[in-house]
Amino acid sequence: MLFKKRSFDDAPAILEIRDLSVGLASNGLEVLDKVSIRIRKGETVCLVGESGSGKSVTSLAIMGLLPKGALEVTNGSIELQGKNLIGLSPQGIRAMRARSISMIFQEPMTALNPVMRVGDQIAEVLNTHTKISSREARQRVLDIMEQVQLPNVERIYRSYPHQLSGGQRQRIMIAMALVLEPQLLIADEPTTALDVTTQKQILSLIAKLQEDHGTAVLFITHDMGVVAEIADTVYVMKEGQVVENAPVERLLREPKEEYTRRLLRAVPSLVPRPPRPMDATKDALSVSGLDKLYHGTGIFTRTPSVHAAQDVNFVIPRGRTLGIVGESGSGKSTVARCIMRLIDPTAGEIRIADTEIAGLSRGELRPHRKHIQIVFQDPFRSLNPRWTVGKSLTEGPINYGMPHKEALAHAAELLELVGLPKDALGRYPHQFSGGQRQRIAIARAVAMRPDVLVADEAVSALDVSVQAQVLQLLDELQQKLGIAILFITHDLRVAAQICDDVVVMQRGRVVEHDTAANVLSQPRDDYTRSLIEAAPGRAWDFANFRELEAV
Amino acid sequence: MLGYIIRRILAVIPVMTIVAIFVFLLLRLSPGDPAAIIAGDMATPERLERIRESLGLTEPLHIQFVTWVGLLLQGDLGTSLISNTPVTTMIGQRLWPTINIAVLTIILSVLIAVPMGVIAAWRHRTWVDSAVMSFSVLGFSIPVFVIGYIFIKIFSIELRWLPVQGYAPPSQGLWPFLQRAILPCLTLATIYVALIARMTRASMLEVLGEDYVRTARAKGVKEKVVLFRHALRNAAVPIMTIIGTGFALLISGVVVTESVFNIPGIGRLTVDAILARDYPVIQGMILLTSFIYVFVNLIIDLSYTFIDPRIRY
Repeated sequence: MLFKKRSFDDAPAILEIRDLSVGLASNGLEVLDKVSIRIRKGETVCLVGESGSGKSVTSLAIMGLLPKGALEVTNGSIELQGKNLIGLSPQGIRAMRARSISMIFQEPMTALNPVMRVGDQIAEVLNTHTKISSREARQRVLDIMEQVQLPNVERIYRSYPHQLSGGQRQRIMIAMALVLEPQLLIADEPTTALDVTTQKQILSLIAKLQEDHGTAVLFITHDMGVVAEIADTVYVMKEGQVVENAPVERLLREPKEEYTRRLLRAVPSLVPRPPRPMDATKDALSVSGLDKLYHGTGIFTRTPSVHAAQDVNFVIPRGRTLGIVGESGSGKSTVARCIMRLIDPTAGEIRIADTEIAGLSRGELRPHRKHIQIVFQDPFRSLNPRWTVGKSLTEGPINYGMPHKEALAHAAELLELVGLPKDALGRYPHQFSGGQRQRIAIARAVAMRPDVLVADEAVSALDVSVQAQVLQLLDELQQKLGIAILFITHDLRVAAQICDDVVVMQRGRVVEHDTAANVLSQPRDDYTRSLIEAAPGRAWDFANFRELEAV
Repeated sequence: MLGYIIRRILAVIPVMTIVAIFVFLLLRLSPGDPAAIIAGDMATPERLERIRESLGLTEPLHIQFVTWVGLLLQGDLGTSLISNTPVTTMIGQRLWPTINIAVLTIILSVLIAVPMGVIAAWRHRTWVDSAVMSFSVLGFSIPVFVIGYIFIKIFSIELRWLPVQGYAPPSQGLWPFLQRAILPCLTLATIYVALIARMTRASMLEVLGEDYVRTARAKGVKEKVVLFRHALRNAAVPIMTIIGTGFALLISGVVVTESVFNIPGIGRLTVDAILARDYPVIQGMILLTSFIYVFVNLIIDLSYTFIDPRIRY
């Protein structure tokens, strides 16, 4: 593993945060507690921590973007080259934004205005802060778009965000942030929503632009792999405090704080788990020749048809886990939805136990639905916020004729099984954390006593430590109940930890299908290899604080 | 897009056919003999027979319908039973005052309500927001005629700035028109201001929490630009829907306001026709109103594509 080893001892500080405290405006509860961070010219500072640790609040406080009336700075200072930003007039703050400090965000789709052409959105920065003519502004926008390596800049200038890919949108955000050459770029999880290969491109783009312009970067992330790749210095945050900071290599090799160690230990390893013995012979789910074709639409100009999934074959024996790995648009979710019959496959067979369900009508399908259940990515949205947990857990069984009392007793047992207290039955989803909600979602799926559980990116929205717990839970449930799990993920680390077999999909096709150990350690397909190579920090064994030993 | 417009225009045909059948049956299926109702209590049998024949009521129902539709397609809505003038002429005379008042009312409402709603959302949970919301509730609750008479009392009787009532077409000069139209428009506008301001506020509140609003602020653009360039256009679809529906309602006539201010619009024409059982006029009005609704809805749907480039038909 090659860490950055540049020294910044002589570099001037660009941003100096001293003892910054931020509290809830309503009751003064501290969200940030005496946070101190120094960022020097040309340096990349990574701010890591779990959700709720105060990373994003810190970045918003620097930009003066704390939600008005909800959060306010109660103590400390934020100095930009010696000038305190706290207490600056609104005009002063506006003049600072984009010119001295600019920011890119996690989700480039929602961070761009959907009804404005992207070129105009970049040009707006110039029009706001400079007095150059519109022709000159246009030229500078096209220049910066070239610099962030967008193709066909004239066309993209006129495009709307929804017409671009995720990577292109994030490039637009970066162009917008860097067009005025600020001294500091704050990047709040800028690659979390992107595929690994796109992530790699964006990270190297940021590094290159940083080199060219001498920009300091404050990079907020929860991904330790990314940290290992790009950081000079790392600050670890926990519950509103900075618990540790050190140059990247020292932090990953010799973490001082227990919290940091725990955080690193939770990072799933890319080394696949040892293969489990195959004892079951019965297939819980078998898919053969699955096809999903989206026909083009339109009367005068027909949009081309899209093959979202093409000739997909696999089987999952009882008690085993099969992972489908691929980037966005690879068709992995399409396959999951076809199997759930949330959408109808164009062709192919789907067998659950011994029943062929691909050809069944909606009505005929009903009795078979309970055999196959799904857990979705975002537990904040997949549970009905107006229903108690008890109601969510019992709805399915009651639908299939279980008496109300029995269903409720069953639900209470399930909660225990997923590690939640029984009194959770009467509570609402918003009273639980993300990890707890995902446990509830799993309990809801398991309540139907399914043969097959489809987990569609079920741990992708969770912090690594919570992720590890949920993966553990799925494993235990599988051993107790003998469920077959179809695990859809874009994260190779997660796949390595939970899957027995892995299917790699690209553009609707299966490009590789083998045991997890073989796919991850001896990939045969170029695409699989590029996926593995793009995984950040793959040469580092985070959990053991050392280089990964060659397998 | 073009295909969509053509399809939508073709879709008008079944809608209008259903309306036409309903309108046609209205006269034929209403209780009692229409001829007797028209002729009045003192009519002779010969006169009744003449009326029946002039209305074509002696023919079988389907023949009557075909004849009626044939005339309709030629733009003949029949003749008023009361004034004996063609219905198209009557509606034509009355339509323009209503359209003029409606357009002016909607323009006034939008100019007042949209900024009000935007500012209320921007200053969410402050006294500004409460003031806008209180006004909104008030605007909904006070009956139109009360507002009308209050305006007349203040601006016409006490201050003597404007005439009490009446109407002058814009062709007689803009000032005479505005002088008479401004009070009825303001009166009508109160409820629309309340409605549009509420909708704008709700829609803006949602949009102001979006990431791209934060991005705009992070760029350092002025708050005014954040609100009106970035947020408002994203919030515009529901606002546009309300404005369009409001406009359709206004065009189909506003009886009370027209009565209070003595404006010769189609609202009063409709009420007079209903009271006098002037069936041809009632039929014409229903057809016209339905057509306006269908047409305005098409315009609203098409306006979405200009507001939001993601919407493509």
